[in-house]
Amino acid sequence: MAVIVVGAGPAGTRAAARLVEAGLRPILLDEGSRQGGQIYRRQPENFTRPPAALYGSEAGKATALHRDFAALRPHIDYRPETLAWGARPGELLTLHGETATALRYDALILATGATDRVMPVPGWTLPGAYTLGAAQIALKAQACAIGRRPVFFGTGPLLYLVAWQYRKAGVEVAAVLDTSPFAARLRALPLLAARPGVLLAGLRYTAALLRAGVRVESGITPLAVEGEGGRVAAFRWRDRRGREQALATDAVGMGYGLRSETQLADLLKCRFAFDPVARQWLPELDAEGRSSVPGVYLAGDGALVRGADAAELAGRLAACALLRDAGHPVDPLETAHLRAGLRGMARFRRGLETAFPWPGAQAAALPDATIICRCEAVTAGDIRHAAAALDAPEVNRAKQLMRPGMGRCQGRVCGLAAAEVLAAARGVPVRAAGRLRGAAPVKPLPVATRMPEETP
Amino acid sequence: MTPEANRADVLIIGGGLMGAATAFFLRRHGLSAILIERDLVGQAATNASFGNIRRQGRFLPQLPLANRSRALWGQLGALLGEDAEFLASGHIRVAFEEAEAAKLEAYAAQARPYGLELEMIRGPAMRERFPFLSPAALMVSHSPQDGHANPRLAAPAFARAARRAGARVVERAPVLGITRDGVDFVVETRGAGSFRAPVVQVSAGAWGRAFARELGEDVPLTARSPQMGVTEPMPYRIPPVMGLASSRPGEGVYLRQVKRGNIVFGGGRRCPADLEGQRALLDPANTLRQLPFLAQLLPPMARLRVIRTWSGVEGYIGDDLPVMGASARLPGLFYAFGFCGHGFQLGPGVGASMADLIATGDAGVPLEPFSIARFAGGFPAAMAEGAHLE
Repeated sequence: MAVIVVGAGPAGTRAAARLVEAGLRPILLDEGSRQGGQIYRRQPENFTRPPAALYGSEAGKATALHRDFAALRPHIDYRPETLAWGARPGELLTLHGETATALRYDALILATGATDRVMPVPGWTLPGAYTLGAAQIALKAQACAIGRRPVFFGTGPLLYLVAWQYRKAGVEVAAVLDTSPFAARLRALPLLAARPGVLLAGLRYTAALLRAGVRVESGITPLAVEGEGGRVAAFRWRDRRGREQALATDAVGMGYGLRSETQLADLLKCRFAFDPVARQWLPELDAEGRSSVPGVYLAGDGALVRGADAAELAGRLAACALLRDAGHPVDPLETAHLRAGLRGMARFRRGLETAFPWPGAQAAALPDATIICRCEAVTAGDIRHAAAALDAPEVNRAKQLMRPGMGRCQGRVCGLAAAEVLAAARGVPVRAAGRLRGAAPVKPLPVATRMPEETP
Repeated sequence: MTPEANRADVLIIGGGLMGAATAFFLRRHGLSAILIERDLVGQAATNASFGNIRRQGRFLPQLPLANRSRALWGQLGALLGEDAEFLASGHIRVAFEEAEAAKLEAYAAQARPYGLELEMIRGPAMRERFPFLSPAALMVSHSPQDGHANPRLAAPAFARAARRAGARVVERAPVLGITRDGVDFVVETRGAGSFRAPVVQVSAGAWGRAFARELGEDVPLTARSPQMGVTEPMPYRIPPVMGLASSRPGEGVYLRQVKRGNIVFGGGRRCPADLEGQRALLDPANTLRQLPFLAQLLPPMARLRVIRTWSGVEGYIGDDLPVMGASARLPGLFYAFGFCGHGFQLGPGVGASMADLIATGDAGVPLEPFSIARFAGGFPAAMAEGAHLE
């Protein structure tokens, strides 16, 4: 039986391990050069920082995942630096360097992870403006900071984690500015209590930042990243009392939680549904990770953003579902145990979305000149023009007429915000604005790409 | 009872470029028109289009229509208030072999009487004029007045202009059936009720066959999905649309650089399409098959990356010619569908000619070769199947 797992983060690694336990030899595709995914991203081979320095409180989990992968490696067909960029029935098309390969599969587990959820603000495309995820990768992989005195803004646990990691690495953090009101976090406490350990860790980061004298505010509204000489020079915001504030800074890190990378599921024609908690369209899954397409399973943040611990469970659970569907014996206790573990994670996730909500409503207030789609330089005003004068009822139509989401990233960065701007302009719920249809290639494909042989 | 607002002089079924342009030009004749579109205007074949405003290489008796359409493309700004990014930047067919060059020369001689002047350029003159060409290129056939436009903008622009001129545009209204009631046709839709008019035009692209059949006239139409793609941008250097002159299957790729820098490409193999599911089928491996020929046609492309591919549902007729003109069976019934992947350039001309035909009985250009009457005696089943995948 040919099984492909896409993504070698926590979900993909645990899925592959479970398949190996059943005697299969899956193919594990990963875009990264080293296994670990984003959260447990490894430093380059010749870097020597210890796990505790890299992963902090999560060092134990990171080390375990890396160690288990090393044991797994002889039993799988591991293909790093390989992009799954297209799909046709029963086959994935991959790219390694400039060589494409068609890989046949009987079953597929997509563990494609997530990227930062971005809400544009005037000036967010200036050099020196990063997403929180990128700021973290710079530090984790390369031991580089995005600036000497960065401002971090947005919302979500990553906001505090990244700021704390920067502070711990000796960087002077100018401010940590959260768009969610403090009251939302109090409201979310009962849900967040589903995972007391994680809740406490989060509180500790905030406390450590405050102890270090970092300016921490909540309930802010970002106004602009301001530039000088073509790069970030200041950040302006309105504080929770409505007063305008500004800070000089040479870099900003911004982000509003994560969005699932769902393009492959889309290319495979999985059915999507609107998730009102995440305010985005996600592949429809059953409790064990089965999509609407037989033989296609999803796990980890690429299916539903619940974090690394949930990803490990969901990866294993999706593999169990696959195995059972293929006629392998699977102990029902094992799946029951995994499902029980995930229930607490789901509760916690609702807590996080309550505590740190995506500020979709900000989109309505963005000035017309704000760039939404940075690849194609499409502004909020352009999208409003598509919505009103050109009568585009949903995002694909707006894309056809005014190009948001038509560039290199194919809307992966701007898609959610573009939908919010369009929905606000038409006065409809964001669900009615639809979602950008996916198309191959998932990421840019060199024209020099050749496919030497097609697998029969 | 059909409400008064749902009655008109002409109902147009299908809001692609053909239908939208017909609605627009009907208003210029003072006829009332309702354009009925299943989804949104310009979604299927129009949206799949490459955007070629190409006359060279066409079936010769189609050139009068193509010439009329080319003139209208040049007037789009004045007619619609927007130009759909039309650029008369020229169109070249590039031959890499003498046999292909000879075919281009022969075509040029035949096209001249139709008023299409093509320049055959070789050697240093060719390299000076088109410095981006591959060193292996032998000859180009240059059509200086042709060029390209943005197919995503064209049909909606016609529909908006038609609406401003008083036409009704009904979107998201799939047609369930067409029946005859006395001198009127009655068109039932899902969601928008029924419509009534003494004249109906079917311009439903690949779905045109189903409507024609329902009205007693079958045509050998197959639905196909072309393979389109676009690269990331590079500085604007390639004004003309370029096509590779090759008669070998899968090699006939073409490309155009838009002013913002991206290179749009198409050609090569097509996939079947799913008419019932109303979606194009795409094989990403077809993109891979196009790439070597694109790099042959324009070597600098090899340094770029493809950022998106797409398709749409196109209708191909067995003899590679569209169905256009009056029904051979029912008075008041007109057709304009099945443009076999080469309809975009014709769009404005089709709209103007169909409107003329409906309003005055004279299309202004010869449409006889496209009449549905050519299939009145039936056709071999094979004519409607399996073909047009290359």
